[in-house]
Amino acid sequence: MNKGVAITGMGIISSIGDNVEENLNALKSVSHGISRIEFLETRQRDAIMVGEIKKTNEDFVKELGLDSDNSFSRTAMIGAIAAKEALKSANITDPDEYRTGFVSGTSVGGMDMTEQYYLGYHETKEYRRYIEAQHAGFTTQSISKYIGINGYVSTISTACSSAANAIMLGARLIKAGKIDRMVVGGTDALSKFTINGFGTLMILSDSACTPFDNNRKGLNLGEAAAYIVLESEDIVEKDNKEVLGRVSGWANANDAYHQTASSSNGEGAYLAMKEAMEIAGLSIDNIDYINAHGTATPNNDLSEGVAMTRIFGEDKVPVFSSTKAFTGHTLAAAGSVEAIYSILSIRENLIFPNLNFQTQMEEFDLIPQTKLISKNIKTVLSNSFGFGGNCSTLIFTK
Amino acid sequence: MSGCYINGIANISAQSTSDFDQFLDEIIAYKEVIFKSIDPDYKKYIKPAAMRRMSKSVKMGVTTSKMALASSGIEMPDAIITGTGMGCKQDSEKFLEKILYNDEQFLTPTLFIQSTHNTVGGQIALGLGCKSYNVTYVQGAASFETSLIDAQLMLSEAPKKNILVGGIDEIAKNSTLLHTLDGHIKQEDINVLELLESKTSGTVCSEGATFAVLGAEKQDHSLCRMMDVETRNIASPQDIKEDILALIEKQGLTLNDIDAVILGNNGDVSFDHYFENLQNSIFSNIEQLCYKHVIGEYHTASAFSYWLACKIFKVNNVPSILRVNNIEAKEYKNILLYNQYRAKNHSIALLQRC
Repeated sequence: MNKGVAITGMGIISSIGDNVEENLNALKSVSHGISRIEFLETRQRDAIMVGEIKKTNEDFVKELGLDSDNSFSRTAMIGAIAAKEALKSANITDPDEYRTGFVSGTSVGGMDMTEQYYLGYHETKEYRRYIEAQHAGFTTQSISKYIGINGYVSTISTACSSAANAIMLGARLIKAGKIDRMVVGGTDALSKFTINGFGTLMILSDSACTPFDNNRKGLNLGEAAAYIVLESEDIVEKDNKEVLGRVSGWANANDAYHQTASSSNGEGAYLAMKEAMEIAGLSIDNIDYINAHGTATPNNDLSEGVAMTRIFGEDKVPVFSSTKAFTGHTLAAAGSVEAIYSILSIRENLIFPNLNFQTQMEEFDLIPQTKLISKNIKTVLSNSFGFGGNCSTLIFTK
Repeated sequence: MSGCYINGIANISAQSTSDFDQFLDEIIAYKEVIFKSIDPDYKKYIKPAAMRRMSKSVKMGVTTSKMALASSGIEMPDAIITGTGMGCKQDSEKFLEKILYNDEQFLTPTLFIQSTHNTVGGQIALGLGCKSYNVTYVQGAASFETSLIDAQLMLSEAPKKNILVGGIDEIAKNSTLLHTLDGHIKQEDINVLELLESKTSGTVCSEGATFAVLGAEKQDHSLCRMMDVETRNIASPQDIKEDILALIEKQGLTLNDIDAVILGNNGDVSFDHYFENLQNSIFSNIEQLCYKHVIGEYHTASAFSYWLACKIFKVNNVPSILRVNNIEAKEYKNILLYNQYRAKNHSIALLQRC
């Protein structure tokens, strides 16, 4: 087994909590964050259920201490909150002390501001500070500047696998000795753009989502930001850092099947899981738990389920669950939200349940873990898939 | 240690650059602040049925990727890494406007499906049936270079791989125009060939695509060796000077070994001092070349400078329109690239003849 890259900090804000502690408490007490939309102005308000963070942008401005003329989008604000917590939890006060990079995944970037002000830019000068928010990289730069990382800064946008790819890149850069420390993850706020986009694809559920259920109706969109801190062995030894877990395996494969749909044989997912285990130096018997992508769309859960049975054998699939029914599908942030849940699973020896499951899917003999249970967990495999055929798998170890 | 060689490259820009045998032989003088790229015969590369739904960035990306693969002799790459500042902005803008003008009603999925930043990377994978690593970087003016950094890292991990790396950006009617309101694009139309002497703030905006095939081993047809590439989000002119000197030194070279520098000056009087600071100091005895007065500015415009360097290595000659000082190298062995946009997303690269 490969030793993997050390995780020394984490930060998160989602619809089930404003920090790691609150997220863990919600997971442990099995209280989900799916509700009707309260804050986002949209016609679809009563048509869908979402994982909305119950705070206004004004709340975030205050919390972050931003100027009144700041150009932070909601995506950037929740990103800054999570990144700040991640640095703090890794006891990093001076990001410049070592070669430190920041890679953030996002799909919408500053779309929440773009859609709000787009029609008013010509007439209203004070809105114009948000024009640049139409570039996803601008969101990342708002966050990196806020937390004081000025060197290697990058944005990955591979739809719903963005944060998983950011974590993978961070691990690879550190393993190769190119950099000493990486803050990696993703952020996406709810926006009319995504709500209506997924709406046209007819994959939004009007009730709480039911991953891996035979009668699943689609996904709940959510908003979240989550980052983890990865550090080199040298720093870990020199500064005697507490290691929360390790990123030990990673892979990215492409389904090459359809721009938005997953293949029926789960080829991309299969390839990603297989290669990630190879990189980690682990076999199928070593995987204690799978945190599935499990969006609760008919297409994803079938494709992912088939891929899992192909890898593990239908009767040998490890304990698995999707935590999307807690948070909603947080798009580009999903990979890092679930990375943190995976690390918490390892730390607490708990498996967080797949909520709302009732009926087994008819296509295969797979039943997710539906109750919170204790289990000795050394290894978690986490999947994230996205539009464009993107399939990414990460493996976290104790 | 494995190297990083450019084994094929192709470009579409606002000049006739899609034919690698030409080298800016005829220059189009644009008179507008926003100008489009020149369409090659896309039909040679894309089936009409597939092309119908493709936005310009997808057409440009798919075409240049096929051209680059063909010139490198590779049929199936082992990774597809794309960079884009704006992504598929045309479809994204159309979908947004439909939401706003129709109060979130009467929407269809096609525009949304094609609006994601990784549409080009996904479409190339679909077209090739390529199931390998596929990632899209969206980091403003450093989008292409952050893609190169990933490719370089991957070649150090797996030297046998052939990696397709590209940069694509398209003009979107209204979203691009918005940047005349926030000062990114100049207020008045200008003769673009005189962009670098404009003495006003803001720049121009164009579009284009560049794809390259990278491998760890030198081939007979290798165009150059990429010695190093790095990006830095925020830096002072002095930081950049130090970074450049350090990058050269890391390769065991000195400033005297640099035969030419290709710089990203874009005629924005507020930010071109980043380049001038170097032009008037460490680069003062080196041949200096600029290109944005020819192909315009966009987030992945700097990818053109890699195409340019490959061309220069190949023909050992430089079109005079690119020269901004009076120094001419006798031959070109080492070419240094530096770009930034509005004091952010700095990138430095060193390319070497091979």
